[in-house]
Amino acid sequence: MSENHIDPVLLRGMTQRRLGRRDIFKAAGLGVAAAGLAACSVKGQATGKKTVAPDAVAKFWTGKTGTGHVNFANWPLYMDPKHPELKKFTAQTGVTVTYSEVINDLPTFFAKIQPQLAAHQSIGYDLMVITNGVEFAELVEFGYYAPLDHSKMPNFTKNVAPKYTQEAYDPGNVYSVPWASGITGIGYNPKYVKTPPTSLQDLQNLIYKGKVGMFSDVEEIGVFAMLAVGANPETSTPSDWQKAADWLKKQQDAGLVRKYYDQDYISALSNGDIWLNMAWSGDIFQSNASNGTNLQFAIPSEGGTLWTDNMTIPITADNPVDSLKLIDFFYDPAIAGSLAEYINYITPVPAAQAVIAADAKAATGDDAKALNQLATSPLVFPAASSLAKLHYYRAFKTSAERDQYNSIFDPIVTS
Amino acid sequence: MTVVTDRPAPVSSPTPEPARRSGLLDRMRMRAVPYLLALPGSLWLVVFFVAPMIAMISLSLTQGDIGAGFQQTFHWQNYTHSISTYHVQFVRSLEYGLISTVLQIAIAYPVSYWIAFRGGSRKTFYLFLLLLPFFVSFVLRTQSWNFMLADNGIILGPLKNAGLLAQNFHVLATTPAVIGGLTYNYLPFMVLPIYVALERVDPRLIEASYDLYASKVRAFTRVIFPLSLPGIFAGVVITFVPVSADYVNAYILGGPKNTMIGNVIQNNYLVNQQYPEASALSFALMAVLLIGLFGYAKALGTEDVLEAAAG
Repeated sequence: MSENHIDPVLLRGMTQRRLGRRDIFKAAGLGVAAAGLAACSVKGQATGKKTVAPDAVAKFWTGKTGTGHVNFANWPLYMDPKHPELKKFTAQTGVTVTYSEVINDLPTFFAKIQPQLAAHQSIGYDLMVITNGVEFAELVEFGYYAPLDHSKMPNFTKNVAPKYTQEAYDPGNVYSVPWASGITGIGYNPKYVKTPPTSLQDLQNLIYKGKVGMFSDVEEIGVFAMLAVGANPETSTPSDWQKAADWLKKQQDAGLVRKYYDQDYISALSNGDIWLNMAWSGDIFQSNASNGTNLQFAIPSEGGTLWTDNMTIPITADNPVDSLKLIDFFYDPAIAGSLAEYINYITPVPAAQAVIAADAKAATGDDAKALNQLATSPLVFPAASSLAKLHYYRAFKTSAERDQYNSIFDPIVTS
Repeated sequence: MTVVTDRPAPVSSPTPEPARRSGLLDRMRMRAVPYLLALPGSLWLVVFFVAPMIAMISLSLTQGDIGAGFQQTFHWQNYTHSISTYHVQFVRSLEYGLISTVLQIAIAYPVSYWIAFRGGSRKTFYLFLLLLPFFVSFVLRTQSWNFMLADNGIILGPLKNAGLLAQNFHVLATTPAVIGGLTYNYLPFMVLPIYVALERVDPRLIEASYDLYASKVRAFTRVIFPLSLPGIFAGVVITFVPVSADYVNAYILGGPKNTMIGNVIQNNYLVNQQYPEASALSFALMAVLLIGLFGYAKALGTEDVLEAAAG
């Protein structure tokens, strides 16, 4: 009731990239999918190659030169709308960048670019930000990513947090480097939740009957439930999935779950429709910072989920050379700090914290307060001990495995 | 006034046209005209309806995944499997569709009746008022119900504070919320055809029934209502299908157990990339809805259907 202007955070909440998997606003995607179907029989895309050929990097990059222009596909509100970082990049290198906020949810974006990639045609973007998850794995599996040439990424090599070089979804950063990460934990409204939740079992507490929000994304909800039943999501087996699904079913049958959300949970949490829910760290932080809400975020004792959005170069990019330059540019601590100041998500560049702290000293008034808050926020710069508790989504080795996983968790969220 | 004059019966043999040399070619041309005129429409239907439909049927019988591709194996189990997995959502959708359609008739009929017979010179204005909200995207309108009906929102909040409602009372995330949303969103599509049918009722027929000593009720049940049936039929045809296949209202206003078949299909297409299963479900839904509508048409009589189709 308090907002009579469109707050960027609200807008981001409505359009937020993590949230759109089942996004009804993307009905257009159905049209794209339908167009794909019109081909009657659908050709397979798997290359069957699970390892990278040692000469892949040389093979891809040899003879490639920059064209001086990069087309960058990203999620909405994932950079200051004035694009100060890109302006600096252009000033420094002479390379111009067209920045398009075209990725609203991955299934739709994937459906859109997949036919072109399959036909070895340019998708019109040289750089795209893809979340670790099913689509990321498919892009790897189908051979749609260009292998990154680390010899041309000095900033990355120097400044990246070591954790990000050993990710299960892309060990050694063969195809991707992180743009930003976020944590899935428990968000709660202290107005209604008097004892701060510490455990995933709090989501089963009957005093919250009908007031618990869960994610409808099966990758998300699966990780939470697996942690709740004591399984490790990354190495989980189908029997773990079943146990986790039973835990979720129990929660649903007890009438605890208000709804399986995928994007509008922040307003529901602020206005008391739900009291606690699965939530993304950045959303909670931004809502507090911009809407003046007093929402809290906790990483459950059993652990939480870490997800990472990654910069990747499609194999058919027109200008991979300058695109790689831009990727490395974002690993300059000053640039990474400036980006984190706007987006409030975890930066893969630890040195950015010092940059933000220095900016806070130079700033005055509310700006200084906000920057200080950011530099010390455990959600934007989580402690190593919090990070150690976080897990990634289950990475699927085969489509059959993924289908099995879906068939176990889908009946919960689409019951 | 209404003197019927006996006109001479039309001549049974058409007046002979002046004979032309190329009579045969001309006749062929004449015969081709209707087909040529129908060509754009037919092409449209073939390209945008028949072809996708065949593709969908074909796809619904394939097996595989997006990685390995979908191979045509005439895998009928896609139908049995998906229907047995999602029969709850299937039946639920038809149920919601039915309840919502009946509610729409109940609400739309008095509204149309009032506009048609009491609207006077402002009829168009009232119709415009009715359509006005629909200039805003229906997703936004549905979303705004979320705001208005929030547990402690502008409607429920004061009622709860006044002690008129229990603290844990809520409207959102319930079955009535979803059915209410469906009814609200599709109401104009029910009002308009009923209005058109009522508007076309000849007032002289109603006067005649009064002249024959019919009471107001009897005039309504024997004259007006039967004459408005085609409108109701058209309304049902227009609304029942999209209501049953809707996925927006369940998504925005529903709770964990309000998933409709549209949500399942959308999820299978876009999220799980299970094209065969999603196609099978879409096709099964279409078949059920078509059978339902034809059954309904049969029960109501074909003339009414034709009349409804004629507008």
